[in-house]
Amino acid sequence: MAKKKRSKIQKLKPPLTDKEIKALKAGDRLLISGKIFIARDAAHQRFGKRPPFDPAGAILYYASPTPTQRGKVIGSIGPTTATRLDPFTPDLLKLGLKITMGKGKRGPEVKAAMKEYKAAYLVVPGGAAAALSKHVKKSTVIAYHDLGPEAVLELEVTDFPAIVAMDCKGGDLFEQGKKKYGIK
Amino acid sequence: MREIVAKKIIGTVKNLCIEANTNLSEDVVEALNKALSKEGSPIGREILRQLITNAKVAWRDKLPLCQDTGIAIVFVEIGQDVRIIEGTLEEAINEGVSRGYHEGFLRKSMVADPLKRKNTEDNTPAIIHVRIVPGENIKIGVLTKGGGAENCSAIRMFSPNSPKEEIDDFVVDTVEKAGPNACPPILVGIGIGGTFDYAPLLAKKALLRPAGRHHSEKDTAEWEKELLEKINKTGIGPMGLGGRTTALVVNIEKYPCHISSLPVAVNIECHAHRYKEALI
Repeated sequence: MAKKKRSKIQKLKPPLTDKEIKALKAGDRLLISGKIFIARDAAHQRFGKRPPFDPAGAILYYASPTPTQRGKVIGSIGPTTATRLDPFTPDLLKLGLKITMGKGKRGPEVKAAMKEYKAAYLVVPGGAAAALSKHVKKSTVIAYHDLGPEAVLELEVTDFPAIVAMDCKGGDLFEQGKKKYGIK
Repeated sequence: MREIVAKKIIGTVKNLCIEANTNLSEDVVEALNKALSKEGSPIGREILRQLITNAKVAWRDKLPLCQDTGIAIVFVEIGQDVRIIEGTLEEAINEGVSRGYHEGFLRKSMVADPLKRKNTEDNTPAIIHVRIVPGENIKIGVLTKGGGAENCSAIRMFSPNSPKEEIDDFVVDTVEKAGPNACPPILVGIGIGGTFDYAPLLAKKALLRPAGRHHSEKDTAEWEKELLEKINKTGIGPMGLGGRTTALVVNIEKYPCHISSLPVAVNIECHAHRYKEALI
């Protein structure tokens, strides 16, 4: 098969505006630098009306790292399945959260909420956790210490790689990709 | 009678847990490289490249390949001329898992009660499968398997009168349902025959066969290749973002079964396939 042109890589730094989100298209490759937040199942169950961080313009990454080795910033930190967090996502987007990151599909309610509140969903390759840890420069537990690996973290990242899987206009790379590469 | 001290088993299991989680086997790396050379999707290629790099970083820095360091599934073949002293087999295996997960900085993912869900804090208990075999050695294999892919597995009791195409459809359908959530490219273990409980074990054992090595029976080896092709025609691709690499491997294991039965189990495994074995 002929080599195809690689898509352009864009840089992104939160806090993000609606304008920046509108410019993202399913299939875009991104490198994220700055502050991002980490939370998964148990933390989401505790959020209640507001998460323990300012969601306005923020990026939320669904993950929970392995324990940190001596002399390192963080353990391996790949994504967990976003689908399980679907019930919590529309409320967070309403509060101004601009990007969620994880692996796997999102349901129709999340897709609709992303259109309504101008947000995007990014995929991070699952199982690339060791390499991803190299992009984390600082890690701080900001809430729910007692949840251990499921505590809420604030990370300082540099050039953290991600792919736009679903954009705010209904663009869905899962559907587009399968259509393009599937053979009947 | 050969005597083996339990301490030896503890150390072996500990090392296998750490080794499996940080050192992606050569056969899987080779399968990823082969997939990269064939993948038509630029995003698919980028993901495959990241996975290959990840394996190198994990090995170099002794970091877990994936943050889900899995449930420890331990396959033991114990020679009937072996006597374990200064401890018991099951306790030694669990102690080995506990030490491996602590000393290896691996994430503890086991909860004590499936509904109350309190973490056991040391990733025990392991799931243990024991076979008594001739000889005076113990062979231990440790498969540390992530939860996401395991959740996408399935079993169906077919009729012996079902055409083979129905089994094909069931396998492909299971992969379709798993979609992006199982972290494709995946490995597919298929167990055919036995009973309702035995077919899934066959499917899991099928995953232990190295990537690239087909079934010893020619027709079954052909079936593995056909199924791999069908799965890769779905277009799901790496991480479900589209592409020709949805599965790296399809392995089938079979066993005799009852005249009225045809159980088929499909065990899904992510590309971070972590299996190591040792002989004592």
